[in-house]
Amino acid sequence: MNVTVLLVNGLAVIGLLAAMYTDRERGIDSIKRGLVSFVRILPTVLTIVVIIGLLLGFVPPETIRQFVGDRSGPVGVLLTAVVGSVLHIPSIVAFPLAASFLELGAPITVAAVFVTTLTMIGVVTLPLEVRELGWRFALLRNGVSFLGALLIAVLMGAIL
Amino acid sequence: MTDDGASKREKILRSWGYFALVAVFAVVVVFLFPDRQDAVATTMWSYLVELASILPAVMVLLGLFNEWVPTEMVVQYLGEQTGATGVGIAVLLGSTPTGPLYVAFPIAADLLEKDASVTNVVVFLTAWACLKLPQELIELQFLGWRFMTLRLALTAAVAVGMGLAMQALLSTESPHGSS
Repeated sequence: MNVTVLLVNGLAVIGLLAAMYTDRERGIDSIKRGLVSFVRILPTVLTIVVIIGLLLGFVPPETIRQFVGDRSGPVGVLLTAVVGSVLHIPSIVAFPLAASFLELGAPITVAAVFVTTLTMIGVVTLPLEVRELGWRFALLRNGVSFLGALLIAVLMGAIL
Repeated sequence: MTDDGASKREKILRSWGYFALVAVFAVVVVFLFPDRQDAVATTMWSYLVELASILPAVMVLLGLFNEWVPTEMVVQYLGEQTGATGVGIAVLLGSTPTGPLYVAFPIAADLLEKDASVTNVVVFLTAWACLKLPQELIELQFLGWRFMTLRLALTAAVAVGMGLAMQALLSTESPHGSS
């Protein structure tokens, strides 16, 4: 039990009580909505848990360090940024995954660039973005975001 | 609506399919390397416990939010905002749990059509992508408050720089307003 768990669950309980007090029906409705999204994300969460288990159970920390660790330098960070841009997974599971990287001995820079590229850049959703915003805007936004993510990660590595 | 429901069901089924594949792979691998069994099981259990202790609450918060502030409401409100003050509101609304980034693309297109500046729209998209309130609680849990606050602060600063850069890059040629 840590502070975050207490905070989050406390917020949820208070929110739920307030909701039930103001409008019972909508309160129940929002629980249903939460349940639906929980069921929807459950398989993805379980998949990531298994992957993290295999990753931490099998990949020796030295190997990870070689690829994305301090010694690999900018190449590892760039590689992670590309992977983060291509992968299309919800941020809810991205955070535990990034935490497992850190546990394996990857530097802060790698975890930060992974989370940031994952949320900001979408190669999979690029066609959609092009359709809505035009190819110039879409390509530029993803390109600029890629550089931005690298900048954020490098600064984080320097500060933390 | 029924089509939508069907494709959603298909998506969930596909997710379970992926899980089944990964699970079978894991079982086979662990069976082949029994000495790793403990390490794998311990890791999986600890991550599972950590997620189980936080995910239901996050989902309840998401449900509450979507019930009282539906995405349509956010979209409508954003559409009415123009100019510089709009960007602050855009950031605030973008940080609400309104779904993944691709949900925001049509909104961004709408904002551009309504003559919102490129800078504002890019800041809005970045905020939408990176600052999702209930999800941030999961970042807090797994990566800690130092990581989270620093990343968010840097993202906010870099987002403005990105917006300005894109405005400059796009304004060298024909502006977006042609559409």
